[in-house]
Amino acid sequence: MTAATRAEICAVALAEAFRGDGERLASPIGVLPSIAARLARATFEPELLLTDGVASLIAGTPPVGVPAAEAPPPVVEGWLPYRAIFDLVWSGRRHVIMGASQIDRYGNQNIALIGDPKKPKAALLGMRGAPGNTINHTTSYWVPAHSRRVFVPKVDVVTGVGYDRARALGPRASRFHEIRCVVTNLAVLDFATPSNAMRLVSVHPGVKVADVVEATGFPLFFEEPVPETRAPTAEELRLLREIIDPRGLGAKEVAP
Amino acid sequence: MRDKRVSHDDAVAGLRDGMTIGIGGWGSRRKPMSLIRAILRSPVKDLTVVTYGGPDVGLLCAAGKLRRLITGFVSLDSIPLEPHYRAARERGAIEVTEYDEGMLQWGLYAAALRLPFLPTRAGLGSDVMTLNPELRTVRSPYDDGEELVAVPALALDVAIVHVHRCDASGNAQLLGPDPFFDDLFLGAAQRRVVSTERVVATEALAAGGPLSSLKIHRGMVDAVVEAPRGAHFTDCTPDYGRDEALQQRYARAAADPAAWNAFYEAYLAGTLEPA
Repeated sequence: MTAATRAEICAVALAEAFRGDGERLASPIGVLPSIAARLARATFEPELLLTDGVASLIAGTPPVGVPAAEAPPPVVEGWLPYRAIFDLVWSGRRHVIMGASQIDRYGNQNIALIGDPKKPKAALLGMRGAPGNTINHTTSYWVPAHSRRVFVPKVDVVTGVGYDRARALGPRASRFHEIRCVVTNLAVLDFATPSNAMRLVSVHPGVKVADVVEATGFPLFFEEPVPETRAPTAEELRLLREIIDPRGLGAKEVAP
Repeated sequence: MRDKRVSHDDAVAGLRDGMTIGIGGWGSRRKPMSLIRAILRSPVKDLTVVTYGGPDVGLLCAAGKLRRLITGFVSLDSIPLEPHYRAARERGAIEVTEYDEGMLQWGLYAAALRLPFLPTRAGLGSDVMTLNPELRTVRSPYDDGEELVAVPALALDVAIVHVHRCDASGNAQLLGPDPFFDDLFLGAAQRRVVSTERVVATEALAAGGPLSSLKIHRGMVDAVVEAPRGAHFTDCTPDYGRDEALQQRYARAAADPAAWNAFYEAYLAGTLEPA
């Protein structure tokens, strides 16, 4: 089997985000997070709940991005309309991987807009579920193009709540807040520092620590030597290539 | 039982400038598009709209009908950003109150239950609170003393939703995968308008699907509008899916005023259906 691509490294790093979650709803936003959630369930996290992206909980390991007409219909485990998803969000039994147009040192995320909220330079997705997600259950982020445009000193609008904001709410209001990790095309990061400032956990094979520092618009905590993100196992590569992502859609989300 | 059937134009004739309208559906799914067209044809303006936004919001923006929007997002689903809404937002042409998606549900539910607010954790710590300084928090009166967001009731003057089947008196049936929050929009509104793919005999309702598909009954509905393909070009599964080709034309036309005028006139005239 050929060596793992950058997209496959990212898929495994994103799958690792779900490790230990058990019987929780995994809500991946984006192609590689969707691939990753299926990979996690097919390997080390078999009890994860997954949806079809509409309103059904589905069993098995269906491929991503294959039109319904061309794939066998997935086995339905249950019904999960939006109202039930909100209930799940507020119950805490969920782990979402969201994107971020901007993210700061403490994990405050912005997907709403760029510029002045009254007259934005760019109106983006809006608040969506980010405020409720981040204050109620585990959140991780996926950034396919790690750059200073995304990793900024200060986000224009806080949609997803970061650690400094959560702390300011006090221990009771912030007790369900957890940003587990940030996975990018270059590295894996988390907030396991005394001040919950962002920390470089590992760099993907072929990436230098200096590349990550250069692409980040705020000081990054790390301790040398920074380890390499783990490579996929042979079984993980087989699952990715043959079962989960036979059309190679993951590779379209990150540069090789 | 009372026959509540009316024409599209009669259904929206009661709308007045400045009213607050709730629109059912979600993104580009099961939107009451034929009723939106009736609003676009009417002289009403300065509307406040409460919705999980899709092309309904985009069309109202493009037509200059919207003064204020209360929402969690505006999206075309397969096209993540709604171009007509974006343009209005970036011009500063509309006032936008952005809530967390769950907060919007809570505000509608509070209005439907005649409560002044409902508490939630969603919104705490985010800029939902700073960008909407009218929002208040409330402290639990119990020993925990927890401080929570008090989402104010979102009372609506009018709600419009699109359903799959309905009888003449307003007993409605939703046959798709997700009822969204349509029952809450109806519950929060003074005047409640339902458009339907097909008006059927009452006897056909229970035969047409499980009892749980009959979430909206006639006590929740004031007017029924028969509107085959009334949600087109948005998704109305299982009757029809989203017309992606037409949605793309709709979105692309945002870039060019001449293209938009041509699209808009044809769309209002209904000559674009079916694509």
